[in-house]
Amino acid sequence: MAVCIAVIAKENYPLYIRSVPSQNELKFHYTVHTSLDVVEEKVSAVGKSLGDQRELYLGLLYPTEDYKVYGYVTNSKVKFVIVVDSSNTSLRDNEIRSMFRKLHNSFTDVMCNPFYNPGDPIQSKAFNGIVSGMMVQTG
Amino acid sequence: MESQEEKPVIYTMENKPIVTCAGDQGLFTSLYTSLAQQLPREPMEWRRTYGRAPKMIHLEANFVQFKEELLPKEGNKALLTFPFLHIYWTDCCDTETYKSSVKEDMMRWQNTLRSHSSADWVIIVVETNDTKKKNKTNILPRSSIVDKIRSDFCNKQNDRCVVLSDPLKDSSRSLESWNSLLLKLRTLLLMSFTKNLGRFEDDMRTLREKRTQPGWSFCEYFMVQEELAFVFEMLQQFEDALVQYDELDALFTQYVLNFGAGDTANWLGSFCAPVHNWSGLLLRRPIDMEKRDSIQHGEASLLDLRSYLFSRQCTLLIFLQRPWEVTQRALELLHNCVQELRLLEVSVIDGALDCWVFLSCLEVLHRIEGCCDQAQLAANCSHTVGLWAYATDKLKSLGELCGLVSKTGPISEDLNRTVDLLAGLGDERPETVSSLQSPYKKLKEALSSVEAFERHYLELSHAAMEMYRAIGRLRSGRLVGKSLAEFYMRKGDPERAETFLQEALKSYVSEGWSLPVTHTRRQIAECQKLLGRTEDYLQTSALLAGDVNLSTEERKHFCQEILSFAGRSGNHSHKVTLSMNVFAQLTRLQFHPSTASVHSGAVLQVELTLRCLMPVSVCIQELAASIYFDIDHGGTHGRSKGTLRQTNQGTVEFEQGNSSAGPPSSTAAGPTLEMDEIQDRSPSDNSLNSVGVVCKNTHLVMRRRENDSPLDTPNCVSPLTAAMKEGGQMLKVQNVTLEPGNNSITFTAPSGQPGNYTLRQLCATVGEVQFVLSHIYPSVRYEVYSQEPQLTVEPLSEPLLAGMPQLVKFTLLTGHYTVKKGDALQLSNTETMPILPSSSCTARISSPDAELVGESALSIQSSDKVTSISIPPTPPYHVLEFHLEVLCIIPSGSDRTTNERLTNGEVRHRPRSYSHPDTPMTAIDQRMSIDCPWSIYSTLLALTFYIPFKTKHSLLSAGNRKYIQVCVQNVSDKNFTLAEVKLTEKQHLSLELQSFNTKTNQLLCSKHSLFCLWEVRWKDDLPSCLQCVFSANFCPLNQDSSAFKPFHYQFQLERVTTLYNVRAEIFPPAGEQHCRSGLVCGLEVCITRLTEPSEGEIAEDSKTDTDGLKTTKLMYEVADSSSNWAVCGKSSGMVLMPVKANATHKVQIEVMPLFAGHLPFPKIKVLKYLPHNAAAAIQPDPDSCVENDSLSLLDKTLDDQGDTASIRSRGSVHSVGSSDQQQRGVAMPRLEPFSLGQVFNNSHSQQVLVLPTADDHIMEVNAT
Repeated sequence: MAVCIAVIAKENYPLYIRSVPSQNELKFHYTVHTSLDVVEEKVSAVGKSLGDQRELYLGLLYPTEDYKVYGYVTNSKVKFVIVVDSSNTSLRDNEIRSMFRKLHNSFTDVMCNPFYNPGDPIQSKAFNGIVSGMMVQTG
Repeated sequence: MESQEEKPVIYTMENKPIVTCAGDQGLFTSLYTSLAQQLPREPMEWRRTYGRAPKMIHLEANFVQFKEELLPKEGNKALLTFPFLHIYWTDCCDTETYKSSVKEDMMRWQNTLRSHSSADWVIIVVETNDTKKKNKTNILPRSSIVDKIRSDFCNKQNDRCVVLSDPLKDSSRSLESWNSLLLKLRTLLLMSFTKNLGRFEDDMRTLREKRTQPGWSFCEYFMVQEELAFVFEMLQQFEDALVQYDELDALFTQYVLNFGAGDTANWLGSFCAPVHNWSGLLLRRPIDMEKRDSIQHGEASLLDLRSYLFSRQCTLLIFLQRPWEVTQRALELLHNCVQELRLLEVSVIDGALDCWVFLSCLEVLHRIEGCCDQAQLAANCSHTVGLWAYATDKLKSLGELCGLVSKTGPISEDLNRTVDLLAGLGDERPETVSSLQSPYKKLKEALSSVEAFERHYLELSHAAMEMYRAIGRLRSGRLVGKSLAEFYMRKGDPERAETFLQEALKSYVSEGWSLPVTHTRRQIAECQKLLGRTEDYLQTSALLAGDVNLSTEERKHFCQEILSFAGRSGNHSHKVTLSMNVFAQLTRLQFHPSTASVHSGAVLQVELTLRCLMPVSVCIQELAASIYFDIDHGGTHGRSKGTLRQTNQGTVEFEQGNSSAGPPSSTAAGPTLEMDEIQDRSPSDNSLNSVGVVCKNTHLVMRRRENDSPLDTPNCVSPLTAAMKEGGQMLKVQNVTLEPGNNSITFTAPSGQPGNYTLRQLCATVGEVQFVLSHIYPSVRYEVYSQEPQLTVEPLSEPLLAGMPQLVKFTLLTGHYTVKKGDALQLSNTETMPILPSSSCTARISSPDAELVGESALSIQSSDKVTSISIPPTPPYHVLEFHLEVLCIIPSGSDRTTNERLTNGEVRHRPRSYSHPDTPMTAIDQRMSIDCPWSIYSTLLALTFYIPFKTKHSLLSAGNRKYIQVCVQNVSDKNFTLAEVKLTEKQHLSLELQSFNTKTNQLLCSKHSLFCLWEVRWKDDLPSCLQCVFSANFCPLNQDSSAFKPFHYQFQLERVTTLYNVRAEIFPPAGEQHCRSGLVCGLEVCITRLTEPSEGEIAEDSKTDTDGLKTTKLMYEVADSSSNWAVCGKSSGMVLMPVKANATHKVQIEVMPLFAGHLPFPKIKVLKYLPHNAAAAIQPDPDSCVENDSLSLLDKTLDDQGDTASIRSRGSVHSVGSSDQQQRGVAMPRLEPFSLGQVFNNSHSQQVLVLPTADDHIMEVNAT
């Protein structure tokens, strides 16, 4: 399904980033980092027009030859980025949305953990499990 | 009129719907111009089928002469050449002519149409005035030609025949008929469109539904649907045309996807053929007929199809003024094509696709540039930048493929590849041959030489970067920059590369992306090494050596780089200074002792915990910490001030700024909140209105944190100039080996001068390299103090009891003073608290850590004034302790001595006893004055002692006999033994005190009392005043007799002698044996003087009567407090007593018992009556003044002289004092009680039997 899933803090540093191990991890780091440009662009564009009633899902941030990068921004400006292989054409927009929703729910659980210090890298096993589920499902 | 003999060339812009014209060609030609002009002038609403929105369209038409060949044959699906309307023109106005020729011609025309099942026709009859005039004679107006035509051809459709009147005249009638004609034509055209297009669409749909059948071909279908698109385009319905292409696009995409999923369509095979041509998109022509033909013939490759499709979409989008959609779609297309080729496993030679993409990108950009102005382009960078970046990317990979990105240039293999790639481009398109900057030329040129490639590549890169920067996509821009840096590195130009890398690194570091940081930093290290920038290289190496993202081997490599540099012989003039944070982190600092405060000269150790980040152990020649010394201007002070400011026991934990890029927020936690409570009270009544909590340091907490500011400076590639400040004191350790991980290093801190020492910097030297920590933060300091000697004395056990030897503890803190041999403490003696000599007195010397250092005996010499204690030599900052036994003498009472001067001239303060609020015991403060060798001033100290006993005395009488009782109460918490209880009288030797106390030793427990009794016996005369001393020995319980200490109690007894004896008797009423309740009895009180008057008594209160007999006035009072008796008549009275022994006075009083039984006698009080003159000197006491109304009435009857005889005879009558009314207010007579023992009541507590009244009594019987 996804080849890389990242959670990025409000201050734009990664809270969590995981990619399919077979691939070049570094490349994904660069890709996700670069995608923040578009996230910022989209968020500021939306923010001007609609105010608070904002859709969290940002849609396709930008396509590359090999990957499609999707974005999602929570109300607290935490960003989720999902990178999908371009060859994986069976994935519909709705599925991406539901992946983000799942991710968001799990992230909320992490934040609710009193032992989790907001701003620290996420090391929750439950969260990791959710992410793994999204990454392996179709291999 | 245009005759179209040849097949229509499809340049869609020039296409118009075809309308055929039959009939009178000459007539039509004359009207053609105005018709062609006027037809599109008015828009028509086109209602659509399938619920599509109606549209307003301007209709144009291409009028051609009618030919049968124009009519589509059965099965011909061509729409562009389809005649939508057939018009028959005639201006026949002559019935004859009509009948002979025109009707026939019309019939033929109609039949031809009908045979092709075309129902879209109209007959136009042109009427002119001329013709009318001409025929005026022989035609009837009712049956005109028009009517005839209508009846002949339009049997139901009258509207198929239209009259145009005077078309060439400029009259209102002509205009009107033109308008109706045009409206008719438009309506009919639209009807035809709707009908024919509807039919076409239905056919098309049917065809599409057959796509699962084996013989179905996408290319065929493509042509059909494109036909529809053409028609829409022809009708200027670009939106609808675009939809057709989009549908084709989606259909094709779906087939490719299905192919990927294993569902192969046969026709797809042609698209899977190897790609031989990658000439890129061609967007300059509205229709690329070459590609279209190849599609039509099923010879197109996937790229051909996609290119053609996109070029059509592009054209339509540009018609629709949506150029930015073109760029977006272009990028999608390019990505998609690459994916599709991959999916279809089409064989393409390496680089071919790169060429195609590159050319296509540029082609799209050129196309867009061609239709937009510069300002528009600049404002819409965000749409084009993707293509720029993509092109850059592709050119780069082409360059790499063709060996153009290297220092050496391409080798022959690379050249061969280049030739192959260029071959696939084919020849340049005719459209661009003349253009200097065509994509084709650019690519060809770029691949031709290394220099040209570089030029083009740089141009593209910079363009992309500029655009990214312009639209604020800085990260993307930097990524392009990084890619450029890689190019420069390949070209062997590290200097330029570094600039881009540094910029990229800065952004990764500031946003905390550790993996990119590591990667970029490693590239930077490479640059710096090539550039020979040793210091920077070493700093970067240090960062990399400690970077956990790298493998151990890599880290070791970078570590080794540093070490090998450090190991080089010192040909450098100065050492290379690097920031320490990347090498090792100071995590903890600990002081021993933990107070971080020592006296001068003491040993203070500082333990550092350094977390070494290197992968291997590093040997450090010297580790030094610089110290800033600050003389404490507070001067020498005691230990109390020297308490540690740092918390948790001398340990300082340092927060870790993670050196490899960690989350920046971890260090940005900000200051802790300082909360305080506030109370708002109302000003009027001080009642609480509200309470709250406020944060005192909001300005710090709420301070806006700059996101851009680099939070972690050592991450930045140029390290701080971490110069080690020279001078000042240093803590140094030589030759330490730091292992990876935590290391503990201990320094011994200098502690010579008193003051504050602050640790400022830390520096580790490894050969030629110095790692410097420029600031130790939070600041760490320790304190060296100097302390004055202090002497304290305190009780060994609380409370100190007076009268007994007590141990007190002397504690001497030597401070900076060294106790030398022969030093002694001089204690001024006081007699109230002697120091008891003790043979075995030892002093303990202990170190500041409370460790016992030594013990030695004290020698104590006492003279009468001074006790001198020689103390053993003691080093500074030690504690000397010894115990001394002192005795506080209990002050026995009244002796007053004048203040004395102590030996040192101090005024001696007599210890004063006072009651202490915490204890029932009486406290005595005892002061001591000690002269110490280190000071010229005496030390004054106070001790508080408590007296363990409280003593009371009382005098008891029995007639003339006298007894003294002493009560000793133990108020302390200890139990005592009391021995040798004695009472002595000081003044009267003749007096004998006989003791009734049998026991010699008495136990006196805590909080208990002991009573002792003596009888006073005298020989001739009992003195009125006795000075008694009670003395006893006491010691704590269970101690031997040697420990007994004396206790004295002095007291004085006055008016001891019994003066009067009072005797009372009760007589039953006459004739009765016993008293009975309710019956009045007689009470006789007999007062007898027992002693001769003493001298003082006469002077005091006796009065000489006129007859020379000395008398004194007494007052008696019968008071029954228990209401057993009722006194009848006077209860009190006055008697005049002669001052003479055995003088007796009897008083008769009537009393009545109220109850039966043994009743105690009523109480009889005798008081001294002091007349006013005798009491003049004494302040009158109103309380003792008897205010008795009856008495005063009585007084009035009495003579002033006071007939004593009459008073005496009356007995019961008494008078109070003087009768002088005037004087009364000034000095009233007084009553004074006798002191205890002066009056003895003989019948005290005597009882009398009272019987109940005989008749009417109620007897209560209680049976138990």
